[in-house]
Amino acid sequence: MTETEANAIAARHADVFHRPVMEHLRGLLIICAVALYMVFAWWLFAVGQVVSNGNWDIAGSYLADWVSYEIRPDIEYDGDALEISFPRFSPLGDNPKPDWLATETAIVERRRAVTTQATDTGSGQTSGAGFLGALDTKPAAKDDGGFLGAMPSPSAPTEAPTAKPAPAEPMVTREEAIVGADISFGGDAHIRVQPGFVSVAYNGEVLELDIEEREAVHARGPLPDWASQRAPGAKVIVRFGFAGRAEIEDDEVKVRRRFLGWENFFFDTRSPYWGMSTSEVLGTIFFGERIEEGRSNLAIAWDNIVNNADWQHGDVWLKLLQTIVMAFAGTVFASLLAFPLAFAAARNIMPNRFVNHLLKRSFDFLRSVDMLIWALFFTRAFGPGPLAGISAIFFTDTGTFGKLYSEALENIDDKQREGVRSVGASPSSVQRFGVVPQVLPVFLSQSLYFWESNTRSATIIGAVGAGGIGLKLWEAMRTNQDWENVAYMVILILLVVFIFDNISNALRQRLIGRQ
Amino acid sequence: MTATTHSPLLSEAGEAVERHWRELAGRRRLYTIGGIVFMVLAMSGSLWFANESNAGKFFDRLPYLFDFVGQMLPRDGWEIWRALFDLPSPYDDGSLKYNYPEGRVYFTETFYLPEYFYKMLETINIALVSTLIGFGLGFVLCFLAASNLTTRRWLRFFVRRFMEVLRAFPEIVIAGFFLAILSLGAVPAIIAVSIHTIGALGKMFFEVVENADMKAEEGLRAAGANWVERVWFAIVPQVMPNFLSYALLRFEINVRASTIIGAVGGGGIGEALRLSISRTHEAKTLAIILLLFCTIVAVDQFSAWLRGRLVGKQAFEFGRGA
Repeated sequence: MTETEANAIAARHADVFHRPVMEHLRGLLIICAVALYMVFAWWLFAVGQVVSNGNWDIAGSYLADWVSYEIRPDIEYDGDALEISFPRFSPLGDNPKPDWLATETAIVERRRAVTTQATDTGSGQTSGAGFLGALDTKPAAKDDGGFLGAMPSPSAPTEAPTAKPAPAEPMVTREEAIVGADISFGGDAHIRVQPGFVSVAYNGEVLELDIEEREAVHARGPLPDWASQRAPGAKVIVRFGFAGRAEIEDDEVKVRRRFLGWENFFFDTRSPYWGMSTSEVLGTIFFGERIEEGRSNLAIAWDNIVNNADWQHGDVWLKLLQTIVMAFAGTVFASLLAFPLAFAAARNIMPNRFVNHLLKRSFDFLRSVDMLIWALFFTRAFGPGPLAGISAIFFTDTGTFGKLYSEALENIDDKQREGVRSVGASPSSVQRFGVVPQVLPVFLSQSLYFWESNTRSATIIGAVGAGGIGLKLWEAMRTNQDWENVAYMVILILLVVFIFDNISNALRQRLIGRQ
Repeated sequence: MTATTHSPLLSEAGEAVERHWRELAGRRRLYTIGGIVFMVLAMSGSLWFANESNAGKFFDRLPYLFDFVGQMLPRDGWEIWRALFDLPSPYDDGSLKYNYPEGRVYFTETFYLPEYFYKMLETINIALVSTLIGFGLGFVLCFLAASNLTTRRWLRFFVRRFMEVLRAFPEIVIAGFFLAILSLGAVPAIIAVSIHTIGALGKMFFEVVENADMKAEEGLRAAGANWVERVWFAIVPQVMPNFLSYALLRFEINVRASTIIGAVGGGGIGEALRLSISRTHEAKTLAIILLLFCTIVAVDQFSAWLRGRLVGKQAFEFGRGA
């Protein structure tokens, strides 16, 4: 192309080659405006500050909790012996002896004043509510599952009488006690705990720590990268990546050993099936002796799964069903009510302008008062539960469907109506045979679409109190401990939304054909 | 007329047609009746279940519904305006209920923004920021998911599944997770709403891109343009109006979503609403509802008007991709 040719083209298409300056710069200006706005928003929400103040250390362990669980033995120093205790609801059951925690025992002389014993148990109760482990398992305390608040009350009275009769008399006993513990964190990560001395080996480095009981923790030599200590003498935290971490304090070593997977997903530790492999469980169910008189093994297994204390399968499924029911009933009611109202709101069907307007504005009102407001309102009225959710979805979607339906009605083809009218049909027949066949597939397809999206909304409004899985999810998140339960519920929700999405798509395609 | 008493005589072929029609009509009726019976059963089952598992039973609670409505009436009509504009109330007794002027957000010595207006602006800004973030990332991702621009099947598959996960993942969980890390405030809400928006807009966008006219792209390809140039000069000008219109629709949805996330701790007007409803501060509640209602109507109208200008009438399909 020569220059003259190029110039000729440019001259012929002046509007393309010589656009006004503003038009040239418009894109740039918009991008600049957006960038400026983002800077403003950064300042407005103090994003930098919020992010830097965030608890990012915890984020990793929360995320890891989604797919793994921790086992948390505490190793307490007790003179020249050690006491290993597991939390009361440890995934390993009541009296665990995991193979990664090896212990050495020896006969030691233990000198104990009764008064110190009393304070010992007292401090144990206050520091770790519910963390009283294998050492003092009282049968009375074992039954009140999950209620941390109930713990101190049954043990306090039983402790008091033993402490009173012998106030300050030291007792010397010789008994077998644990004098060394060796905890393996997989790979080369090891912790060795002895009275007064802890050594940690990881990544080919060895950290040796001297413990002054209830005084201080001192490291021999510099700390490696994977260990940290806030102040000299304070507790030392060692981290082994995903495998877990340990806090070496002046009175105990807190071990947090992490394992991949969802612990006790089917059977909790109280179940007779707990700890069995799949084939053993199946064998017991179908061929084994009855575990309990009067009930088949299968019934026990089912009952144990549904009432699993950690995962609460039965409750989760019930709440999920509530959410599904909320979306379903709310959508159906809204469609049923919006159907006749839309006819009255459509300008070409109802000639009365006043009624048209009144209905359309009320649809706008129902729709614009947000689902959240309706949900909060009905939660106050009916109490938390699916009724509030149904009502909220019903109110919002009556507005939405009313608007969508009446718009669909206003866009219908008039020829069919005229045809039906011209043969002398009654007004209701005109609607039935001239209008409904045209709009029904559209109506149904819109309802189906909203049914699916309401399933998702029902989860969210559930969290503000409208019941269902949303509330359960929110409660699980608030405790900050049950992220694996959150993961489980999220998977269930995704599954339900996926299934409904496909059902709704398949039905819609059959109704209105592929678009 | 005789046609009502005598059926017209039909030829053999005609009778076959008639028989077939009857068969079809019969089957159709059966489906309809079956469908209705199924729906009635499902509905009554659902309602029974909902009623059983609710905290209060429907008919027990119904009379109190009106009590509750009565409780929501303020002491006089002006209270709503005082609550809305943070004017001092004559009923002020030092309690939280009537402390309207305390919420004022002062910009200068005398100029202040009423509390709820400020919170509403916060919510709108959350929605706007998340829509912009969602727009930006959805814009980048959508070209990788469109079958007419990305020939690598695995890449397309991966991007599409990724967007699906972002879209379907419950917002409430993302919000809850970041609320646990970043503590209460607007940032978790922005993150949650943005993540959902990326997925939702990305899906809409790649469908638009797949329907784009490929002639311009072929022209650029013939002139030797690379992938980025082809996308930028051939596809983007075509799809931009539709993209913007979908982004505006999303903005409407996001205003509502950020209100809801606000109610669970994400800041903004949602939080104020939840608190005032649970404390039965009727004037404050009504003021917030009024403000929220007006804002949502205004946002919807503005977005409808802008979409009408951008792509014409066909863009008025609200509610898609909610």
